[in-house]
Amino acid sequence: MRAAQDGDRRAYERLLREVIPVVRAVARRVCAERRDLEEIVQETLLTVHRVRHTYDPERPFTPWLTAIASRRSIDALRRRRRITRHELSADESGRGTGAQPGVEGREAAVEAEADETSVEVAANKEMEGVRVAEELEALMRRLPARQREALEAVKLKEMSLAEAAAASGQSVGALKVNVHRALKRLRRMFQADG
Amino acid sequence: MDTEDLITNLAGRLEPVRRLRPPAVRALEWLAVVAALSALLILRYADLQVFRHRMGSPRVLLECIATLVTATTAIFASFELSVPGRSPRWAALPVVPFLVWLAASGLGCLQNGLGGSARESVHCFVFIAGVSVPLAGSLLAMLRRARPIATLPVAALGALGAAAAAAFILEFFHPFDVTVIDLALHLAAVGGVIAVLTVLRRPLLASASD
Repeated sequence: MRAAQDGDRRAYERLLREVIPVVRAVARRVCAERRDLEEIVQETLLTVHRVRHTYDPERPFTPWLTAIASRRSIDALRRRRRITRHELSADESGRGTGAQPGVEGREAAVEAEADETSVEVAANKEMEGVRVAEELEALMRRLPARQREALEAVKLKEMSLAEAAAASGQSVGALKVNVHRALKRLRRMFQADG
Repeated sequence: MDTEDLITNLAGRLEPVRRLRPPAVRALEWLAVVAALSALLILRYADLQVFRHRMGSPRVLLECIATLVTATTAIFASFELSVPGRSPRWAALPVVPFLVWLAASGLGCLQNGLGGSARESVHCFVFIAGVSVPLAGSLLAMLRRARPIATLPVAALGALGAAAAAAFILEFFHPFDVTVIDLALHLAAVGGVIAVLTVLRRPLLASASD
């Protein structure tokens, strides 16, 4: 790490590769979601890059690294919970505001809902979440590559602009423009698709 | 993006960096500058005779020392925790002096009761809040250089340190002993500074390049 702080790119590349198993171990301990592991590894590497000036070569490297990995794992855990909550609340509000043709329709809907067991409710919610995610993914695939990358990094992975710039190779200014354009285009596509 | 690509990208963009000096050294630097500026302010404007007279009471002396130790320990703790890998136990460092500060002030309230003027106590509130702003501002400017990854303890401890330092400086301009209203307003000012900085911690501690 000392060599990396001095600008030795080869040593830095080797270091980043060597720390991956340690980061994965921390991530597994903190955040049980296997699907988030790679994301946590990448975000930890980005944070290591961003705060590499804070490492003191007189002190052991592992506590410094594991503190960063733990923090990024906790962030991922919180994000996962937030996404799950959003999916559930979006589903709830969808049910609450869904167009019902009249009293009979509403009663039928209430009865139908009452018939659902909790397992079915959970399964339906999950299916709805998956469907929305698939729709969004399909729309995002239609975005130009730079806009999609910018949106994924800044809005979905919640990276800082500096981290997203490092990850995507775009400048901070270009990222801001691309995120703005991507959102605008997505909004238009949503409206067009009804 | 693939992790391999990310590593290649990060290594390709690597530039040498200037290492951050140890947190304790940086905390000492901040405290030294604040001490020097406060000394100038106190020598120029404070009534040191009144201060000396007040320090004749062991309780007031203890309150004053506890305030200073709270400020110093909270500042050291916030600098330590701004760097990854430091023990979270640093956050406990100012707890004892803070409790001693509260206890000594509380004892003063018991002795002095509700006496004193609310208007003078309001001045104390304005003093602590007003002096805390430049102290906290300069402190955050130094703390953000570490780009803290856990901002909550750094902001809360930094705010406690800045507010306690302001409360310590106030002791030199405080011609009367603490009363219930006075203590309530001191605590409201300290709590207000901590609350504002804690709520605004992300934009305040984010580096300009983030």
